[in-house]
Parts: sequence; structure tokens; C-alpha cells
Amino acid sequence: MTINTAPYTDARIAARLADKIRRAVDAPVRLMEVCGTHTAAILRHGIVSLLPTEVRLISGPGCPVCVTSQGDLDSFIGLCADPKILSAVFGDMVRVPGSRTSLEAARANGADVRVVYSPLEAVHLAQRNPSKEVVFFGVGFETTAPAVAGAVLAARSRNLKNFSVYCSLKRISPALDVLFSESRNAVSGLLCPGHVSVVTGLDVYKPIALKYGLPCVVAGFMPVDILQGILMLLVQLREGRPRVENAYGRAVARKGNVLARQAMESVFDTCDARWRGLGLVPGSGLCFKKEISLFDALVRFGLCPKDGPEPRGCCCAGVLKGLVMPPQCPLYKKRCTPQHPVGPCMVSGEGACAAHYKYS
Amino acid sequence: MSKKLILLEHGSGGRASRSLIEELVLPAFSNPYLLPLGDGAILDPMSGRIAISTDSFVVDPIFFPGGDIGSLAVNGTVNDVAMCGATPTFLSAGLILEEGLPVDDLKKILSSMNKAAKRAGVLIVSGDTKVVPKGKADKIFINTTGIGIVPSGVDMGHHAICQGDAILLSGFMGDHGLAVMMLREGFEIASPLKSDTAPLHKLVQDCMAACRVHSLRDPTRGGGVGGALWEIARACGLGMVIQETSLPIRPQVESACDLFGLDPLFVANEGCFLAFVAKEDAKAAIRALKRNPLGRNAAIIGRVTQGNPGQVLMETRAGGTRVVTLPAGEFLPRIC
Repeated sequence: MTINTAPYTDARIAARLADKIRRAVDAPVRLMEVCGTHTAAILRHGIVSLLPTEVRLISGPGCPVCVTSQGDLDSFIGLCADPKILSAVFGDMVRVPGSRTSLEAARANGADVRVVYSPLEAVHLAQRNPSKEVVFFGVGFETTAPAVAGAVLAARSRNLKNFSVYCSLKRISPALDVLFSESRNAVSGLLCPGHVSVVTGLDVYKPIALKYGLPCVVAGFMPVDILQGILMLLVQLREGRPRVENAYGRAVARKGNVLARQAMESVFDTCDARWRGLGLVPGSGLCFKKEISLFDALVRFGLCPKDGPEPRGCCCAGVLKGLVMPPQCPLYKKRCTPQHPVGPCMVSGEGACAAHYKYS
Repeated sequence: MSKKLILLEHGSGGRASRSLIEELVLPAFSNPYLLPLGDGAILDPMSGRIAISTDSFVVDPIFFPGGDIGSLAVNGTVNDVAMCGATPTFLSAGLILEEGLPVDDLKKILSSMNKAAKRAGVLIVSGDTKVVPKGKADKIFINTTGIGIVPSGVDMGHHAICQGDAILLSGFMGDHGLAVMMLREGFEIASPLKSDTAPLHKLVQDCMAACRVHSLRDPTRGGGVGGALWEIARACGLGMVIQETSLPIRPQVESACDLFGLDPLFVANEGCFLAFVAKEDAKAAIRALKRNPLGRNAAIIGRVTQGNPGQVLMETRAGGTRVVTLPAGEFLPRIC
């Protein structure tokens, strides 16, 4: 199947949507883009320059690298130092600073750290390196969780004895509930994550829309997708009828991907999880079922992650909650730069601070 | 040489070393400067300013669609000399071989270097070979140094860039970086990519014959086109604006970048260059580039401005504007 994506980057269509947005807004409004990929896409395509000044976009906690707890990161980095361990990670995790060091520094000191694009590559690494213990750092939301589940099931079917996953996967909707139960941040609408929604479907956002009266629109990542999503949020606000709408119909089905969720349910239970910036979020984590414990790195290596204090002055917690814009952090572009990041929001490709630094 | 693998003795200076030079290296690069096998080569007198450039090549994998570490090592240095406005003439080559490298691989690489040198019209006149124990290098690393004469009257560099200058890109961007990455990661796509490694000095000369060129730069690793423009903007203190819709890029490179979350602006290139020319000369320069097969996809991609000094802005496909900044971290390691 071929999808023609040209209309979704068409400048004339974008200009028409921008014009409709200008006519739909009559007072300042703050909209939160939950997902880090949206933050990066908004800045990469110059969307902000197309919007009226009344529409303010703020970043939410949907950057999986940014919200990985320091305890988890420190634990994983500590594990990598063992010469028997071959660690497999997504590229974004390599430079994130833990409380003492990073995976990049550990690699320079001799740790075997490999960047992979898919969890299945880690399974292949385990097959090709039988004398090493391969540990994959499972960081991500519902977009990534089915692939991690698939990798574990593949490892089990191949009877691999040297493969495990350090599971730090999270579910986005409980975090949104915590975020808005604390304070509304004066956010008037949510641009919901397109790829997470491919897996979850739309219903996960209904409780948020109803409980907090928040318009929710699921949007894709091309310029026209984002502008369309913003317009639909503004129309909902004008109508005073908050609900969940789907502006990414070419990828997101109402019920999501049932097979993907079944794979997840066969491997994971939900549990509480610690989010950097948000603290403990009940029911927001994915952890391995007891029968999968052979592949659970936390069990296999007897790990007990502990969070330390955040670096002094770092505003990542506020940035992740949408309370602080990156330029408002006292460390931004001074002590904290992409070359020398202090907090995770500056390192990850989807981090709000890194995206601001790179594109604006 | 009867051995099938490179051993430590091949780098020790004894008989095995001699055998490697005489049986593999000399036949590959045969020329009167190299033949005496002296400690250095004596070149004929040259008049004019000499441009010199050196580069080391550590690409992994060493063989890839469109080339290998050998052709890359020759073309890369030929192009760096060409970016000075010079015609490259002579190269030296230093090889660091890992113990255990198959001799057949070395033969292929040397043959490839010879072919690339012949295509570029340069001679490899001096060299060195070392062998290190297994694990102390990865297969083969090559350093090449090249020289060439800068014609009199040519004065290029970021100091010569002026407000209003047109920014040209001589060919498709992203081919090399993506081709190497796809092979390394084991990904396949329906329209396979290959490296664009090629000697560009004749294309440069065509451009210089058509108009006065203010500055040249080849956007290799270290940020590709975006990174090169960023560095030049900071060096000359002027601003730049580029148009996303004008960037020459193959559809499969664009799609592959999208899939892997890469920005093609920052992917390494080995077969194109950026040229800064006066606005009124841009069309003539493009016509000259397009007459050469290596320049048929040349395009004007932007202009130099006085606003936004030291900054590169991009007018996006969607009609917005964003800043182009050099990303941190390793973009794609061991690409060249």
C-alpha cells in the first residue's frame, strides 16, 4: 500500500489551515502537545511561525527518555560496567546523564554498549553472542511496548538463556491524569500522541476529556496533521464541547491495534512507575508477568533502582509538566547545552529543551 | 605473498613487509615517484600556491554500495584539495592494518584506490603500512594527504562570502551516510542506496570557469549540509536562509531518513559540494554544473543575508521558518 504524503506537507494547505486557526482564536490559549515527537515536529517544520501569537504550544511529558527515572538509568549504567554484559539501547539513551555518569562515558571506559533501532536487534545480538548476557533497556510508551513484548516472545521461542530486558516502559494516560489533577497549568486542550494512539486507540483519552473538560485531538506528525489537530482543538473550545477526536485517521483506528495490545497483555502487567519530573504515577508502568521473570533484568540481576536528587537548578520536572518553557530554565543554553546536558530534556531528540535549542 | 591473512610480520619491516609492498602495493600504484621505495618522494618543482589537505578514513563497513574505504580515501582528500580551488596532483597514503585482515580484502582496496586515483588524475607517490595486533584497529584505517596548486587570482574562503550570495549544492544530499548506515544496520529498501563518493575537482573547475566562486565546502561527516552551513555562517558572521523545497534529495533518502528519525540536512555526503557565488552568477554556475554528469542535480538552495548574522534559517516545506543548528552527539558513527 502506498500513501501519498505530499498533501500533509503542502504549504498552501498549511497556509489555509493557519488562516482558519487565526480566525478561530479570539483570546490567548495554551495547548499542550503531549508527545515529544510532536514537540520536535512542531519546531522542525516551523509550525510556531505559522500560528497567531494567541496560540501558545507547550510541551508535555511524552518524551520517554526524558521521563526515565534517574534510579532506572543509574541502575542500568551500573549493570553495563560488568564485562559479561552486552547492553543494547536506543540511541537517545546513550548521552543522558545519570547521577554520576552516562552510557556514553561507560562505553568510553570499556562497557559494551550497542545502539539498536529495534528490540528484536537485541535478540539477534544475544543469539550471536552466546557468551555475553545481553540486556536491552526497554524505554518507551505504548508505541514501543508491543515491539518489546514481541522481542521477549521471540527470545522465549528461541529458548535464549542470555537475553533480558530492563523494563522501564510506561503508559501515557495515567501520567496525564496525575498532571491535570495537580493543576490545570491553564492548558485548554491536548494534542494527543499519534503513534501511542495507533496502539491504544482513542478511548484512553475519554476519562481525561470528561474529568477535566479538556478537548483532546489525536494528531499525526506532518505539518498539515499538526495544524489540523490545533484547529480541531480550537473548534472544540469554541463549541464548549470537549471530547476526543481523531485527526490521524490514516493511521489510528478507534479501537487501536488489538493484536499489539494482546502481545503486551501476554507479557506485561501494569504497575506503579516513577517518572522523572512527576514522581510516582500509579498504574503507569509496565512490568513483566511472573512467568516472564526469566527475561526480567531486574529479577535476573537482583536490581533495586533508587532515585537520587535532581541536579541543582535543573528545571526538567517543570518542563515535563508544561509549567516551564525551556528558555525559562536558568541553566538553559548556559550550563545545560546539547554538548554538555545537565538534564534529560536537553539530550533526547524528543526533549523539549533539545528541540528548542536546535530549532528556534 | 602466500599468506591469506595479514600478520604482524607484514608490518615489521622485514621480508614479509617487503613482500607485501612489492607484491601488493607497488603493482597497485605503480608510478616513477613511488618505485624507488624511498623514505619520501621527490616531486618536480611547482609554481604557485600549494594547497595541502589530510584526512583519515575509518568507515565501517569497509565495502559498501558505490565504493569502499579505498576509493573514499582517495576521493575524500582529492575533494578537500579541490575545495581550496586547487587541482589535486599527488597523494600519500598511510595504511594501518589489523592483524587478520584477509589479504584479498587488502588487494581489493588497493585496486580500488588505484582506480579512484586514475579517475581523479592523481598519483599516489608515497605511503606507509603498519600492522597492529588483532583488536587494536578495526580491519583497516587509511590516511591520505593530498596537494595541488591553486591557480593565481583564485581567492576563496569564507572571508569572500558576501551578503546576497547564492548558495548552491552540486548534487543530491544524504546518499553516502544513508547507504553506509543501511548496510551497517542490515536494512534493505526497494530502491537501494549507494554512496555518492566521487572526485569533484573537475566539477569544481567547471563551476570556477563559469563565474567567480567565493567559497566552496564539501559537506561530509560532522553535520552534512546543515552542519557545513552552520559553521560557515558563524565563521563569516553573515546569515543564511535556505529553502527546504529546493534541497536536492532522492525520495528514498528522504523516506529512509523519516523512518530512522534522521534529518537529511545532517547526513554525510561524499559526492557533492556547497558553492557560494554572487547572486547574478548563480544561473550560469548551475548551467555549468548541470553539464557535468556529477552535477546534473545541482540546485540553488538559498542565499546569504544580512539579517540573522551567524545563523542559518530554513523556510520549511510547510511555509514556516526554523533555525538550522548543529546537533550534538554522534550523528552516524564511522561513516567516513
